[in-house]
Amino acid sequence: MATKLHLVRLHSLARQLDSEALEIRQHLARFPPFEGLTDALLDLVAESVDVAYFKAGSEILEREQTIDALYYIRSGAVEVYRRGGALLNRLEEGDIFGHFSLLRNHRVHFPVKAIEDTLVYLVPDEIFRRLGTEDEQFADFVELDRPRLQSAVEKRGGDAGLATTRVRKLISRPPVMVDASVTVRDAATRMTASHATSVLVLGEEDGNPRYAVTAPEGTQACLLGVLTDADFRSRVVAEGKPPETPVSEIVQGPPTTIQSDETLQEAMLCMLRNNLQHLPVLHRRTPVGVLHISDIIRHQTHTSLYLVERIFSQGSPQALARLLPDVREAFVRMVEEGADSQVIGSALSTIGRSFTRRLLELGEAELGPPPVPYCFMALGSMARNEQTIVTDQDNALVLDDSFDPARHDEYFAALGQFVSDGLAACGYSYCTGGIMATNREWRQPLRVWREYFIDWIGQPTPERLLHSSIFFDLDSVSGEEAFVVALQDLVAERAPRSPLFLAAMARNAGNRTPPLGFFRNFVMEKDGKQNNTINVKRRGTAPMTDLIRVHALACGSTAQNSFDRLNDIARTDLLPSGVSDRIRYALELISMLRIRHQAIDLQRDHPPTNSIEPENISPAERHNLKDAFQLLSDAQKFLQFRYPIPARRS
Amino acid sequence: MSAAQSPDWLARMQRQAAAARDPRLRRFYEAWQLPGSTPLRDVPLAALDLETTGMDPRRHSIVSIGIVPFDLGRIRFSQRRHWIVRPRFPLQALSVTLHHITHSDLAAAPDLGEVLGDVLDALAGRLPVVHYYPIERAFLDSALRFRLDEGIEFPVIDTMQLEARWYRQSLGARLRHWLGRRPVSIRLHESRLRYGLPAYQPHHAALDALATAELLQAQVAARFSPDTPVEALWC
Repeated sequence: MATKLHLVRLHSLARQLDSEALEIRQHLARFPPFEGLTDALLDLVAESVDVAYFKAGSEILEREQTIDALYYIRSGAVEVYRRGGALLNRLEEGDIFGHFSLLRNHRVHFPVKAIEDTLVYLVPDEIFRRLGTEDEQFADFVELDRPRLQSAVEKRGGDAGLATTRVRKLISRPPVMVDASVTVRDAATRMTASHATSVLVLGEEDGNPRYAVTAPEGTQACLLGVLTDADFRSRVVAEGKPPETPVSEIVQGPPTTIQSDETLQEAMLCMLRNNLQHLPVLHRRTPVGVLHISDIIRHQTHTSLYLVERIFSQGSPQALARLLPDVREAFVRMVEEGADSQVIGSALSTIGRSFTRRLLELGEAELGPPPVPYCFMALGSMARNEQTIVTDQDNALVLDDSFDPARHDEYFAALGQFVSDGLAACGYSYCTGGIMATNREWRQPLRVWREYFIDWIGQPTPERLLHSSIFFDLDSVSGEEAFVVALQDLVAERAPRSPLFLAAMARNAGNRTPPLGFFRNFVMEKDGKQNNTINVKRRGTAPMTDLIRVHALACGSTAQNSFDRLNDIARTDLLPSGVSDRIRYALELISMLRIRHQAIDLQRDHPPTNSIEPENISPAERHNLKDAFQLLSDAQKFLQFRYPIPARRS
Repeated sequence: MSAAQSPDWLARMQRQAAAARDPRLRRFYEAWQLPGSTPLRDVPLAALDLETTGMDPRRHSIVSIGIVPFDLGRIRFSQRRHWIVRPRFPLQALSVTLHHITHSDLAAAPDLGEVLGDVLDALAGRLPVVHYYPIERAFLDSALRFRLDEGIEFPVIDTMQLEARWYRQSLGARLRHWLGRRPVSIRLHESRLRYGLPAYQPHHAALDALATAELLQAQVAARFSPDTPVEALWC
């Protein structure tokens, strides 16, 4: 009965909408921000539009004229200009303009000219405002409330399982906890009785707040560590220890824990970083459970966790290379699950680091132990934890100062070659700039590395630094971490005090510029030229990380990841307030575009690249991207202004 | 087609106002204020489209009327009017599909006589713009004669006739014809495409009126200027 009545009503409603407005409605419904409107609002817009025709070459809006409607391009194309007359944008069928001026005094800010014969639909101001109050997505699009970029990024993050699911959701029972004084037999008995695969070991509170927990009886205790099934095998039975051994003797701490309201994403990264299978979960100071890798996998059938394990169990570079399809599958899966660029960048960097570490282990097994201590150093995207599926290798060796080239270099040259060849086989192509441990110049003792950095920072010119900026993203992968930390500290200490260095870096950071946006199936350049594809790394993410790096160097940050750097920058007054957040959104947006398109390439069995064809970018994405490119362009200009060449040298 | 040959519509409309018996008609004629020298930019326009059951006013009748007020700057589609009216002669199957208007729509529709005042008021003071004027003029005249025993006349701009000036009567068009080429189509849809106007689904009176208004804006932008006197276009 109800259905019938409903149908009748629908039918009569449909009759009410004049079919001449239907034509307009159907067109509007294909383009943002109208595509997301409810039927009722869409009808309202279609019913209320006026129309105007403009011949190619004629002015549609002149500066300072009053404006009373939102302009929607039904057919044709227009150009929007800046105050100085420079091209701001080229718009086509389905695009809107005038909203900026409608929101600000009804005076035209940016003049608009028809470049083709153009028919526009005019949405009256009062309808425009009504859409803004009744439809949040419309308001976002025309930036009624907040920047469009921000809401675009936030919206996409919204449906991500890993990013939004809290750890506590996967905790089904309290942890088994024992006092450090009990025997391993007692601990094993408790575990068996509870069908647990791990047990938390509590000791007396020792005053270290970091590991202080509330024991089940409500007393204060110290979390000493986790014992797992595997520990009983390897540290008790295999070592021939008696069942009477106190657990305090075999527990290894300090433990890594996670708060119950953290996201699964955070838990996953934590396990990846620390190579853990069990993660104690706390609610404030109370242990509430233990998260096991398989809990997350069951929740999100994720392969990247397994991958790290599998990497470390491969016995040869050839076997490692066979994991390439699994890496790609894990990548595509993360993209499909809606992970953000930080999660994906971090997971892929972890995978890359694991390959490198395993290759170093295999190399040492073949070549023998290293003659002097070394640190294998990652540069560029791996150091920043921002790798994608298309990446080349940038690495170097920092050797102990006791390094004697005559006696030791043969070994490290061979080790570097082994790792570099292995990485290439695993899909990390050789660095075309030769920034690899195979290059003698980048296989040097710590003191030489110090000189390199002192020289770069102390005697900078844009030309000399052109190919060196990659060295200012550096992190240790394996070996003596302290070597790389020393270099990071050196940079953080000297860079902020060298205006000439910052100016040279700022100059170089402006070399690669973003395009203006998109027009039909072309990439729009600022000079009006059109291209068929865009290299979104060269024109987007790379210049963005470049400019973030300069600010990070200026504020003495030792962070390498661009988002971490932005956190450090936000704590200073280097950037006007709010700007670092906008840069963050823009970077996330462009990074995800790059990542998603690489995933699409893989799904279609195409080799993944950094290139994107405009026809594969949705209208909504285009608008957001255009904003992001604009922000990048403005941020680049600000950089030149913020770090000018000091007067005495110019 | 020059101003010299153009009829003096102001004088004619004033004579008609004096002669009209029906108050609705008299109001319509009296509202006319435009001398032929008025520049196009100052002319209030009204795109007018009639949907009919056929081409012959003696055997066919009006089924719908669409009017969209506009001027050179803006087409007031939001102020459009649309009437479905009951035809005098029975509807033929062919026209049914053409107009997307069904028998039940028409059975419930008023007679033109009932809405005539509204229709004429919507046109009052505005210069009607049509595509192929014989239809609109002849059908309205015939419909009024049938109901009021007096006809109607009014100036129009015919966008099809304007196209014919350039594509049928021009030297180039005659050469084309002489060479045996197919003439350029001056139908509404094809004419619009020449000006980069989008394809609309035809045969809805208000939408066809909108399409005609857009075409005139395009024609003026391409061939005339806002300063052109209106008498250079009307007939």
